[in-house]
Amino acid sequence: MESTNNLEKFQTIIDADTKIEPKDWMPEDYRKHLIRQISQHAHSEVIGMQPEGNWITRAPSLRAKLILLAKIQDEAGHGLYLYSACETLGISREELIDQLHTGKAKYSSIFNYPAVTWADIGAIGWLVDGAAIVNQISLQRTSYGPYSRAMIRICKEESFHQRQGYEIMGKLALGTPEQKEMAQDALNRWWWPSLMMFGPHDSDSPHSGKAMTWRIKRESNDVLRQRFIDKTVQQAEVIGLKIPDDKLKWNEAKGVYEHGEINWEEFNQVINGNGPLNKIRLANHISAHENGAWVREAANAYAAKQKKEVLVA
Amino acid sequence: MTKQEALFSYTLRLGDNALILGHRLSEWSSKGPLLEEDIAMTNMALDLIGRADAMLKYAAQVEGKGRTEDDLAYKRGERQFLCNLIVQLPNGDFGYTIARQLIMSAFDLCLYEELVKSKDETIAAISAKAVKEVKYHLKFATDWTLRLGDGTEESHQRIQKSFNDIWMYTGELFEMNEVDAILIKEGIAVDLNSLKARWKKIMTEVLLEATLTVPADAYMQTGSRKGVHTENLGYILAEMQYLQRAYPDAKW
Repeated sequence: MESTNNLEKFQTIIDADTKIEPKDWMPEDYRKHLIRQISQHAHSEVIGMQPEGNWITRAPSLRAKLILLAKIQDEAGHGLYLYSACETLGISREELIDQLHTGKAKYSSIFNYPAVTWADIGAIGWLVDGAAIVNQISLQRTSYGPYSRAMIRICKEESFHQRQGYEIMGKLALGTPEQKEMAQDALNRWWWPSLMMFGPHDSDSPHSGKAMTWRIKRESNDVLRQRFIDKTVQQAEVIGLKIPDDKLKWNEAKGVYEHGEINWEEFNQVINGNGPLNKIRLANHISAHENGAWVREAANAYAAKQKKEVLVA
Repeated sequence: MTKQEALFSYTLRLGDNALILGHRLSEWSSKGPLLEEDIAMTNMALDLIGRADAMLKYAAQVEGKGRTEDDLAYKRGERQFLCNLIVQLPNGDFGYTIARQLIMSAFDLCLYEELVKSKDETIAAISAKAVKEVKYHLKFATDWTLRLGDGTEESHQRIQKSFNDIWMYTGELFEMNEVDAILIKEGIAVDLNSLKARWKKIMTEVLLEATLTVPADAYMQTGSRKGVHTENLGYILAEMQYLQRAYPDAKW
């Protein structure tokens, strides 16, 4: 029962910045909002393994290959903690995967863009993980305990990812003319989609109202986006790359960078399934899942036999 | 052949096996039957490529011609590689990968437990680290062989077929040549014949517990010690070496 009493008590806990834990009472909408957000986050980690995984076998040095493998492994691990955090809300991993496959659950649209050259691996680490980390640092203070703890753990690893990406870009930017061109080209392609990762402008964000009141979300899309821009513009300057935005300029009075308008038409197209790789990323996930069905069945059958043997003994 | 040439060839052989098997395992990223298995396979790939890195670094040092581990991994052609044929084989289904992994992890355990005692300190040190990792790989491959062998009728048939198909590549693991002869005399390398009984024992115990049949030792494939490989190796190298070959002046 969502009695006024329960709701008031719940809001008091939230307002005191105390965490909500799995067994605490929570409004159904809070639970639903969290399942949607955490599962989207988990699916993003898992689908995000694909663009980078695409370059493991072609990484240009043994060191680069080892770092990339470790990074992708971390992401799979993040997917696991987040699925576990989501399961505390009363939904199973199978249901979550099913929602991904039927399109009911989403993942971050950024992973529907292709990782075309090796420089894209740098750009993904630097920009995509860089944008993700701005959002995740903010989410460390989210009101749901298991989600907050997952974010704290994830942030530690993400900062290494961001540095790894920036290191690749730095090496390319200071390398041969062809390498520098490769780095600039990757920045040109990933810059705008990275800004879109923060979601629509605050004035157009449909889920933000309640999420802010319930402190699931702690800062608005535009605030987080601005923080990312301010930090990244300077990093680009250090390695001599140019942000692909002619309207970008420092606003002395506000102490922030002003930027050009984001192409929301592209954003909406990609969200609605028309990005370069939406169908392929999902088809890959479905195909791995289906190809593994006989393996999971065997593992279940074996576990059942073992249990029976224990019972008989 | 000098002792130095033999040592160079031997370290390449060990490094190449780790590199190419690691490459194959890394291809499982995003394709595993469960997210946990995806992580486990990437983890083994990391261990193997880490071992390849250490071994090829040492090979480059032994050769003494100013080459690096990356030169050896990225700038040798098919005929200069010395990895066994079995590590080059395509992954097949999950069961086939597990069959190959059980064979290789059992072999690596037998090999590296002996190489820990090598008179060559670098090989002994790399081997000590390898033993710790390989024990985990063997456990992973054993657990999955049991689940698949004694799971469903389908999984039993699939993994039995995988072992039957891959068995002809196991003989080559134990082949020796002049390189071995020179280094065994020096106390650096291991007599591979001495590992065979223990390897067979591990394989037999696991397969029988998994309700599987150990395939008969029929005709065995050969070639890698002479640098004559499967057709697959060329594709692996084409992919792995592409950036280094396409941009020879670049540093990464």
